[in-house]
Amino acid sequence: MEVNIVADREKLNMPVKLRVDNISLSFGGIKALRNVSFDINEGEILAVIGPNGAGKTSLTNSINGFYTPQEGTIYFEGKPINHLPPYKRAKLGISRTFQNIALYTNATVLDNLMAARHIHMKATNLITGAIFYGVAQREEIEHRRRVEEIIDFLEMESIRKTTVGALSYGLRKRVELGRALALEPTLLLLDEPMAGMNVEEKEDMARFIIDIHERQGTTIMIIEHDIGLVMDISHRIVVLDFGQKISEGTPQQIRHDERVIKAYLGQEA
Amino acid sequence: MASNIRPAGVFDTSYAQDMKINRTRTSRFLANAAFVAVLLLPLLTAEGGLGLSVVPAVWVGIVVRIAIYTIAVIGLNILMGYTGQISLGHAAFVGVGAYSGALMARLWGIPFWIAVPLAGLFTALVGLLFGLPSLRVKGFYLAMATLAAQFIIPWLMRYPMERLTNGSRPLEVPDPQFFGFSFGPQVVMYYLIIPLAVLMAFLARNLTRSRVGRALISVRDNDLAAELLGINVFRYKLLAFFVSSFYAGVAGALWAFDIGSLSLDKFNLALSIEFLAMLIIGGAGFPLGPLFGVAFINILRENIIPNVVSNFKVVLPNVFPFIAVADVESSLVPFLFGLALVIFLIVEPRGLAYRWEILRIAWKIRPYAY
Repeated sequence: MEVNIVADREKLNMPVKLRVDNISLSFGGIKALRNVSFDINEGEILAVIGPNGAGKTSLTNSINGFYTPQEGTIYFEGKPINHLPPYKRAKLGISRTFQNIALYTNATVLDNLMAARHIHMKATNLITGAIFYGVAQREEIEHRRRVEEIIDFLEMESIRKTTVGALSYGLRKRVELGRALALEPTLLLLDEPMAGMNVEEKEDMARFIIDIHERQGTTIMIIEHDIGLVMDISHRIVVLDFGQKISEGTPQQIRHDERVIKAYLGQEA
Repeated sequence: MASNIRPAGVFDTSYAQDMKINRTRTSRFLANAAFVAVLLLPLLTAEGGLGLSVVPAVWVGIVVRIAIYTIAVIGLNILMGYTGQISLGHAAFVGVGAYSGALMARLWGIPFWIAVPLAGLFTALVGLLFGLPSLRVKGFYLAMATLAAQFIIPWLMRYPMERLTNGSRPLEVPDPQFFGFSFGPQVVMYYLIIPLAVLMAFLARNLTRSRVGRALISVRDNDLAAELLGINVFRYKLLAFFVSSFYAGVAGALWAFDIGSLSLDKFNLALSIEFLAMLIIGGAGFPLGPLFGVAFINILRENIIPNVVSNFKVVLPNVFPFIAVADVESSLVPFLFGLALVIFLIVEPRGLAYRWEILRIAWKIRPYAY
């Protein structure tokens, strides 16, 4: 049975948002990525799949600037970003979530989201922040409004002032998505946003991802192990295995790709 | 912490209201009451001029010292409590502030109200320098790097700069000058230092609840995520060192003007550790932590322990004839001090401020914990 929630496949002809050009990354003798190249087009949902240890998270970390590939170039909106430190890449509009949740555990949900507004709050500095009343408070209120929209969108009203450390795993994943959104990214990298969730939570998360894509046209790269779900929500899929790209194409193509079936789904069942 | 719980009937209708520091009537009342009490305290002593001697005169000095220490520990709270960078060199920075403030007044006759912030700024720059290792190292390794500051700075002041600082001999500090008035008596210093301490605490509280403070907390809780979400982690670590040392410098300069005579032996590692102990007992990362910690340790050391010791001095040698009276004091003071710290760390490791938050919640949801 074929159920495709996202039907707008014509977006395939959009300009390139992010180009990964022939990157290789190794840690000592371990080659995490070998000559990987692919494009993420403007406004599409691209899924990256592959068995454990295939290099998916290394790839995300390379795009973020957390790892520096020894070879190859990454272009964001046509410009190479290899030399940029991670925080500057965030300012370009690249945001992400983490496989192992990386929230600010001792802060409230609200503060976690407000912290991600950092790059947009330009008027508050050491001095205006210390005085607070006036400039900083005005800016605070203005950005609070934006954050409240995200809280509303992700249905987190009841936990907005709860410390993140006190939340359940599923909610933390949602808060992390909210924090990534608060940065107002144009490219959103989601590293296993549904890992460890039950079916209901996964459906919620899938709904949020599709909503984000439809409302804001955000380009999304998603790493996910749930193949059925990936097939449903993504426009294109890139398959990695042992640090190499072994296939790329629409969900239809990937489904019938011999190499993918062999590498990812195991030997013919 | 669910410290944002509102009592029944208190609703926020605007974000500005939601951001208020003292949102409920009780907390406003407590803040005002504390303010009035502190303001009236010197007037109630024998020296107050009203002829009342309700409060012993030593309390004026104790409160001034608590205020000065609190400024220093607020600085440490920003660095350690909010940014998560352990520093073992805080006493050295306080020393830099004390000596630079005193020297400005001695050498160039700079008035008190300019010398204090200038001493703060100078110390902040020194702190910035010693914060540079935080680029590379964190946790215990950074503690070791800041320990270097604790040894290098007093050494520099004692030997290479001996002609300025008098080396091992005490340095006299001129009485503070303020528009031609000279401040000598403790009561006048009180009214000078307390408002300044309140202002410094207010600025710190604001800073930590604004964008800057959230960036610092992000660095503390998850520096990798902070970096990937657009926060220049190194910049904010240095900023924390800068602000923290500024507070240390201001506290040091006030200290110098308050006691009038400086000695390098004061600003040693033991004082750095004491600052740490105050912060941990008070509650690191809580706005009220520094005040609670400083007040608790000062009162413990100045009032509680001497009382206990003076009783033991009589009892112990009578019960155990082999104990000399002189030994009781020298060994019991550090013992009791250490005992109090250990009990605290076991019973309330998150500090007095955390306990205070719990009390606040309990009060807000009285009489029914719904």
